[in-house]
Amino acid sequence: MNNFAYTRATDVADAVRAIAADPGARFVAGGTNLIDLMKEDVVRPSRLIDITRLPLDKIEDTAAGGLRIGALVRNSDLAYHPQIETRYPLLGSAILAGASAQLRNMATTGGNLLQRTRCFYFYDTATPCNKRAPGSGCPAIAGINRMHAILGTSEQCIAVHPSDMCVALAALDARVLATGRGGERSIAFADFHRLPGGRPEIDTTLRADEIITAIELPAQGFGKNYTYLKIRDRLSYAFALVSIAVGLEIEGETIKQARLALGGVAHKPWRDRDAEAQLAGAPATRASFARMADAVLRDARGYGHNDFKIDLARRGIVRALAQAARGTPQSQSDKRIK
Amino acid sequence: MTVTLHVNGVDRKLALAPWTTLLDALRLHLDLTGTKKGCDHGQCGACTVLIDGRRVLSCLTLAVMKDGAQVTTIEGLAQGGTLHPLQQAFIDHDAFQCGYCTPGQICSAVGLINEGKAHSADDIRELMSGNICRCGAYPNILASIEEVMAKAAARSGDKER
Repeated sequence: MNNFAYTRATDVADAVRAIAADPGARFVAGGTNLIDLMKEDVVRPSRLIDITRLPLDKIEDTAAGGLRIGALVRNSDLAYHPQIETRYPLLGSAILAGASAQLRNMATTGGNLLQRTRCFYFYDTATPCNKRAPGSGCPAIAGINRMHAILGTSEQCIAVHPSDMCVALAALDARVLATGRGGERSIAFADFHRLPGGRPEIDTTLRADEIITAIELPAQGFGKNYTYLKIRDRLSYAFALVSIAVGLEIEGETIKQARLALGGVAHKPWRDRDAEAQLAGAPATRASFARMADAVLRDARGYGHNDFKIDLARRGIVRALAQAARGTPQSQSDKRIK
Repeated sequence: MTVTLHVNGVDRKLALAPWTTLLDALRLHLDLTGTKKGCDHGQCGACTVLIDGRRVLSCLTLAVMKDGAQVTTIEGLAQGGTLHPLQQAFIDHDAFQCGYCTPGQICSAVGLINEGKAHSADDIRELMSGNICRCGAYPNILASIEEVMAKAAARSGDKER
């Protein structure tokens, strides 16, 4: 690990001042990804600004009937919070599908949004990588790309976003609250992470002087008909090949509203609002689910090793929609997929 | 920087560089070598310790960030000459072979029991998945944890009666 200066922020304004004063500085909270990236020499901050003493660890009701989750709430505290377990079980399930108990005890809500891809070329400083060293090339496109993206890729980058939690937040239409020198703003979750395009080194639309202070959930939590189905190489403690977050609103046999987000397939959690709109009003049948899967994956392309993800995602979407429609969400403990 | 850690009930004042991990502070500065360095990247769980009662990975924790915290390592679990129930259960069930992952497994199991979220063998397996055992002692590790949880449940049942 390279040497760095270490300071502690005393409040949000102090944190914003400190990050604005040093372009090489990074915030650190849980550190579960950042410290690892520093050990690997992928990231070399001049300064770490410790934000763990800021008062951003509350979970509170919002005036709109939703929930405001402080950026420093630990992943495990969030997953097991009574309001999450009862009103937003999709979010809790996605969190518990990710990482390990130790990591979830450390990792924060805000940090989860900012974790970097686990593309092995990004981590291996002996290889080129447009995300790590802009303009150096992407060896994954013609290389080992079994874990890589099938949607929204560019000629510069086919890395995927690694988070489970963010897939659920995308499906739930969460918002990200950030504070910078220009004050506070609220960012729609779909606009927070970006596709690689010609600038794969930029993961999010967060500005350099901004700090995430909270995540806001709207009132609708899809607590009855939901699932988080994660398909991976090992049954535990592995990143997703494909994951599917679903929330449905059903009346009788008819789907009134559908939310579906995919993880492990793109540079950001993947939503397709056109495909969701098509499913609204349709009967909750396998045929409807298959049509939606085809719609979501109409532009999917593989790069060789990851070709299998297209069919895996198609089948996963159909299965996840069936689980949600039945009201039998995927268990993250008993791993059998029903 | 000066950092005070309360390690296994003793205040330890240390002069550390900001990039010193808690794992290195414990092993190299405090000579507490029970906590193991396995992968050093948060993937194996061998470095698991308890900070303020919660299991975390000491290899991904900067010691300076934990100034003032309570740290419990494998060395702090026994009471005088009596092993912690999990330590005894690991011996009784032959829950290790080479033993390198064992301190992390036991600290993680202490955390798991504190958390109170495991209610079945499937739950224990899933919630212990952050601790890798290359000898493959998993069935016996599971049996050890189940036994300690069952005994604790029986004791609290006695109290309620």
